[in-house]
Amino acid sequence: MRVTVVERVPAEEMRIEGLTGDAAIAHALKQCDIDVLAAYPITPQTIIVEDFQKFAANGEVQTKVIPVESEHSAMSACVGASAAGARVATATASAGLALMWEILYCAASLRLPIVLTIANRALSAPINIHNDWSDSYGARDSGFIQLYCQSSQEAYDTTIMAFKLAEDHRVLLPVMVCIDGFILSHNVERVEMLPDEAVRNFLGVRDPVLPLDPDNPITMGPLALTDYYFEIKEGQDRAMDAVPEVYKEVEAAFEKMTGRSYGMFEKYRTDDAEIIILTHSTPAGTAKAVVDVLREKGEKVGVLRLKMFRPFPAAEVAEAIKHAKAVAVFEKCRSFGAVCNPLALEVRAALYDLKERPMVTDFVIGLGGRDVPPTTIVEGYEKTKEYLAKGKAPLYETLGVRK
Amino acid sequence: MNLKKFNEIPMAGHIVEPGNALEYKTGGWRAIRPVHTDETCLWIKNGTCGLCWIFCPDNAIRLIEKDGEYSYEYDYDYCKGCGICANQCPTGSIKMESE
Repeated sequence: MRVTVVERVPAEEMRIEGLTGDAAIAHALKQCDIDVLAAYPITPQTIIVEDFQKFAANGEVQTKVIPVESEHSAMSACVGASAAGARVATATASAGLALMWEILYCAASLRLPIVLTIANRALSAPINIHNDWSDSYGARDSGFIQLYCQSSQEAYDTTIMAFKLAEDHRVLLPVMVCIDGFILSHNVERVEMLPDEAVRNFLGVRDPVLPLDPDNPITMGPLALTDYYFEIKEGQDRAMDAVPEVYKEVEAAFEKMTGRSYGMFEKYRTDDAEIIILTHSTPAGTAKAVVDVLREKGEKVGVLRLKMFRPFPAAEVAEAIKHAKAVAVFEKCRSFGAVCNPLALEVRAALYDLKERPMVTDFVIGLGGRDVPPTTIVEGYEKTKEYLAKGKAPLYETLGVRK
Repeated sequence: MNLKKFNEIPMAGHIVEPGNALEYKTGGWRAIRPVHTDETCLWIKNGTCGLCWIFCPDNAIRLIEKDGEYSYEYDYDYCKGCGICANQCPTGSIKMESE
């Protein structure tokens, strides 16, 4: 990593505002001094681009904003701009992400450090604008790094850190910064913002590797068949391996500046927990509140709130949950036809090599924005206790649906 | 061809040097090869025509002139046997035969 000297920013230099998750991301993008933003509007991401275009219209940013005709074009424009060495961002959700699919793989394979912010939203049909994780979970094999946020503050912080992580020469991969649609994207929270100069100093100017340059022409993404395709994928895979180390360095520098860091995951009252609730994004906040109440009743329960889903920090997660009797996974996605669902699949695989493994239960919750009240978390917790007593649990089950 | 390991090639498989298609011997793809008949070929006869040379997509045909003599050869490292030369030849002097 390029050595950046950062100093603690004094509290009086921070600007505090009430911002939605979307607005927090828009403000972060503004301070990251991006060169190009190409996007197509889609709920519930819309405010990110709306706010950013306001900054552009007011002359507050130097960014070239490209309003394109589809998300396929949005990511294509990002790929071109990033290939030329620009710092680039876009935003999308749901069907928009689905339409980007082909180019997501190009962005990752061409090793372009694009930041893609997502307000997670259910996929059609039936059409639905509310939150679940089916969109970005579907893209989990695209080669993007995936970071999930629980608060507007975290969305702001993560967007800034995402560029530093993506642009590091050991990584050079695109990053998805995900927030829960409406629940976070449209909810106003207190956000502490850094001064512009602090963000600029933290990120510096992007130093591109092998950019498109008329004076030194190169070819990107040429045909590679049976002889070289596999080697190119090997290189891409190794880049993903470097992410945890670089992420830790980026967070350490960010923490020095702000006092805040999140880790690849957050442990909440897990040290002596017999049952650990494992989830991410906004359900993790609800789960923490539930845990506080259950703890008062003498239950030994905690929460592991995942932040980094790709690459999945398997060894670290296993270490953090292996002492529990059971791990109750709550996830807002059904992987149709799969033995369980994306998050529980990772957790079960991470635990498999241990001699003594906690039982893993998998609860599919909140599809299409169905509310996940504390009672849903409690229901899953009670079921997990019941399965522990029986010594056997189903591979997954849905909670909060009329059946 | 000397095949390189994953860490010996440019990031993402970018091509950073022009003209490296030379390293790729497309002749290995060939299932049928062009066979030339000098007797009816206009190039051999009087140094005209040259349609095979114009149309060959791999520059795998060499039309040679030396001391007023015309000769003709194929570069089988790159001729992938597409048959365009045979198709273009106005006098039917090129036939495609199985390898």
